[in-house]
Amino acid sequence: MREIDVSEVSKAVSELFLEANYRIGPDVMDRLYAAREAEPSPLGRKVLGQIIENNEIGAAESLCVCQDTGISVVFLTVGQEVHFTGGSLEEAVNAGVRKAYTEGYLRKSIVAEPLFDRKNTGDNTPCVQHARIVPGDKVHLMAIAKGFGSENMSRLAMLTPAEGVEGVKRFVLLTVELAGPNPCPPLVVGVGVGGSFELAALMAKRATSLPLTRSHKDPRYAKLEKELEEGINRLGIGPAGYGGLTTALKVHIVSAPTHIAGLPVAVNICCHVARHAERTL
Amino acid sequence: MAKKVTLPLDLATLRSLRAGDEVLLSGSVITGRDAAHKRLLALVEEGKPLPVELDSQVIYYVGPAPARPGAAAGPAGPTSSYRMDPYTPALMKHGLMGMIGKGRIGPLTLEAMKAHPAVYFGAVGGSAVLISKSIRKVELVAYPELGPEAIYRFDIEDFPAVVAVDAQGRSLFEEGPKLYRQTGV
Repeated sequence: MREIDVSEVSKAVSELFLEANYRIGPDVMDRLYAAREAEPSPLGRKVLGQIIENNEIGAAESLCVCQDTGISVVFLTVGQEVHFTGGSLEEAVNAGVRKAYTEGYLRKSIVAEPLFDRKNTGDNTPCVQHARIVPGDKVHLMAIAKGFGSENMSRLAMLTPAEGVEGVKRFVLLTVELAGPNPCPPLVVGVGVGGSFELAALMAKRATSLPLTRSHKDPRYAKLEKELEEGINRLGIGPAGYGGLTTALKVHIVSAPTHIAGLPVAVNICCHVARHAERTL
Repeated sequence: MAKKVTLPLDLATLRSLRAGDEVLLSGSVITGRDAAHKRLLALVEEGKPLPVELDSQVIYYVGPAPARPGAAAGPAGPTSSYRMDPYTPALMKHGLMGMIGKGRIGPLTLEAMKAHPAVYFGAVGGSAVLISKSIRKVELVAYPELGPEAIYRFDIEDFPAVVAVDAQGRSLFEEGPKLYRQTGV
């Protein structure tokens, strides 16, 4: 049994959200640099240049690159040999979010209740937490700051097995087409295939946080990821939706076993401001 | 080469703008997003005075992040414009002449833009730091309790934008993608 004081988790969560909001990862930056070279639209190249310059200043001056510093989502992968001490783990994660957002000049975007009062909680808590218990004595934290311009354009469908690969392709392309300029293209498109209704959505969210250099380990899915990326880029939406050939920086699929009767597919759209940071304790 | 445009707008300038024009906006804009729009519309419907003058004004759809000490403004990029569609035509009746935001706007807003007239400027979503460098001064106008959703007045200088939809109803979001589209869904 390994003991971890929850204050360690708070500290890590706080640092991860600051890092995610100030610094866009080198994998995303590399794709943006490459897209600026390849994009045929002059206005599209300008938009990409503006995004690149923005991200460079954000990193240099420790400023959040987008004012929508997102809903805070934390994936906790917890080794079953770990015993947390010093208080509530859930509250400790929220304390980390609170510290980052109140001290790091990040926007507070969470309302306590969604339908009637919509009163801002003032510290971006509560965050969304997903925990999974695994063998071992380590704790892995993935912090995602998810902007809602792109979250709002995400969709889920319960397809039939007969719809198959073509059905998945159609649904993903249609989702990006319907979103058009709204989710701040170029996008990182997270796709969850299989599982149950809620697992498909969860996999799609996880997919948005994978390194852009990664492909699915099953070559059939890796090929589908590439085909979807090319299909999306043929839609012509372009940077900021002004027209062009850079609409998706990457499509990631995460898949899981599913029921004989179903083919769930979830598409979680993420803007070019793909903000996430991770750490193992 | 970007056109220099001074805000608030005059009719001649408004009519000279064409979808796709790159512009640098200078002058004064008011800000507002979901919660502030809801309150403004309620006042309009009750026939009560508004806390902000809309005549000839341009509204920037933004909820800024906090400014660091010494900075005039925090990161302040555009939010999605379509969410303000239920409110915008009513505000145009009060003289609103333009909006700055990102993404599509709806058919009723497009119709109202032709009638009044008004222009819609697109700013690049996610370029909040770069845009904040063009904000010289931030002044609170109304609804401080809404935090980032309060109404502010920004003094801006060379704020980078494009004409996304002009007063003739032409839309960069329709015309731009058509030039590069190689496939349907």
